[in-house]
Amino acid sequence: MSKQPKFSPAATPETQHYWDGTKRGELLIQQCDACASYYFPPRPFCPKCASRKVTAKKVSGKATLYSYVISHQLRAGQEPFAIAVVELAEGPRMMSNIIGCPQTPEALQLDMPLEVAFEEWDENITLPKFRPAKA
Amino acid sequence: MKSKSIAIVGAAETTKLGVIPDMSEIMLHADAALNAMTDAGLKPSDIDGVATAGMWPTDLAHYLGITPTWADGTMVGGCSFMLHVRHAAAAINDGLCNTVLITHGESGRSRVAAAGFPGGGRQSLLAQFEQPYGIMGPPTMFTIPALRYLKKYNVHLDRLANVAVIQREWASRNPRATNRELITLDDVYKSRVIAWPFHKLMCCLVTDGGGALILTKAERAKDMPQKPVYIMGTGESVESPMISQMEDFTTSKAFRVSAKKAFGEAGISHADVDHLMIYDAFAHLPLYGLEDLGFCKPGEAGDFIWERNTAPGGKLPVNTNGGGLSYMHSGMYGMYALQESVRQVRGTAAAQVPDVKLSVCHGVGGMFAASGTIIMSNEAP
Ligand SMILES: [Zn+2]
Repeated sequence: MSKQPKFSPAATPETQHYWDGTKRGELLIQQCDACASYYFPPRPFCPKCASRKVTAKKVSGKATLYSYVISHQLRAGQEPFAIAVVELAEGPRMMSNIIGCPQTPEALQLDMPLEVAFEEWDENITLPKFRPAKA
Repeated sequence: MKSKSIAIVGAAETTKLGVIPDMSEIMLHADAALNAMTDAGLKPSDIDGVATAGMWPTDLAHYLGITPTWADGTMVGGCSFMLHVRHAAAAINDGLCNTVLITHGESGRSRVAAAGFPGGGRQSLLAQFEQPYGIMGPPTMFTIPALRYLKKYNVHLDRLANVAVIQREWASRNPRATNRELITLDDVYKSRVIAWPFHKLMCCLVTDGGGALILTKAERAKDMPQKPVYIMGTGESVESPMISQMEDFTTSKAFRVSAKKAFGEAGISHADVDHLMIYDAFAHLPLYGLEDLGFCKPGEAGDFIWERNTAPGGKLPVNTNGGGLSYMHSGMYGMYALQESVRQVRGTAAAQVPDVKLSVCHGVGGMFAASGTIIMSNEAP
């Protein structure tokens, strides 16, 4: 996938830890200390039970492909690419791109195992992306 | 008649639909509002409640010369107008106002003084957690759940493409529809890929237009020029504004909650329904709608449409104006679905279904973020 023009997402006080983590090559997902559920996107309380006692945990980075489209709505120089939603082994889902494989229906099979890989977006933001898991 | 009954007594769209470069967005609201007031035999001074989305109700009221005692600016995307109908009914029943005008106007194609959708800036959750992955508006977000649906129920892509084919049959009967030529599955697949598996003909139009509704107490409606369209039941709900965080990609929680509320309030069963509108921004929505509203079992809506149950002559006519895929879609299509339900219940639709007594009109907004359901009848509750 060719590089996209710069649009700059920016962290808030509630999401800064997440972006600090990706910059270090760690995927941090919050887990509720009270009910043990993992959730996403980051917020300083549990959306299941409203507890404010939550901990950002470094997760396995293992995921499966939940659903996607192959976008043909492209900026100059881009080739069609998948916009995917992956399901983390810990439960939460997140939007991402699938890298390191052809962007075709044949190569992108739902439920295929994936692993996280980090790509720098700009000096502040590093994005978690996913590639087919090594067998 | 039940003591707290509400009726739609005025309904109209903009004089023109499609490409309207000579009208700004606020004038599209006004054009539809003036047509609806004419339809109802009312003047601005008769209106004491206003609701709209995409524009502040203040702007609307002042532009039209209305001094309301109730204003609602609920904005949840394309089904906002279903929610306005619901809120207006409650407001009238509670004595907050007597006669409510709900308007929509959108210069979706020509973009003349168009408001556009409010964005959250670069720190919004969408900007941080979805936008960097290359989304380009609804065609690359709203469509993402469909593959999971197709896989879970082992549904062939033809079932999705066929939604566009059947709806074009309805549009071919409607002189105001933007696209009226009949199409085949082959035509759908030959149209440009927008976001695989979605081709262009499986995605909504982008056009200009507007619509307006006027509601008042049912007991007053009897003395007004149009055949009253009674509000039998209403529902609304919201789920996730981020498509990636939708609970289950094969069913909409907001659809289920909203529809259950509306059907419960109306006290009707599915067999009572003569006509159905399901907001179709993309071809998968009628499948989700038919299932989440309870007309089909999970995974069976594609076959239901394939077997022509929703087509002209079928037992459950759906999206009889041609829908967002073929009739028109300005961006917030919900108002046009409501207008078609009103026409079918009045018996004045271009592709009129015989003997419609009960119509269900179901909307979606902000991808799968919001939902509203309105059930209408020409028989007093
Ligand atoms: Zn919890």
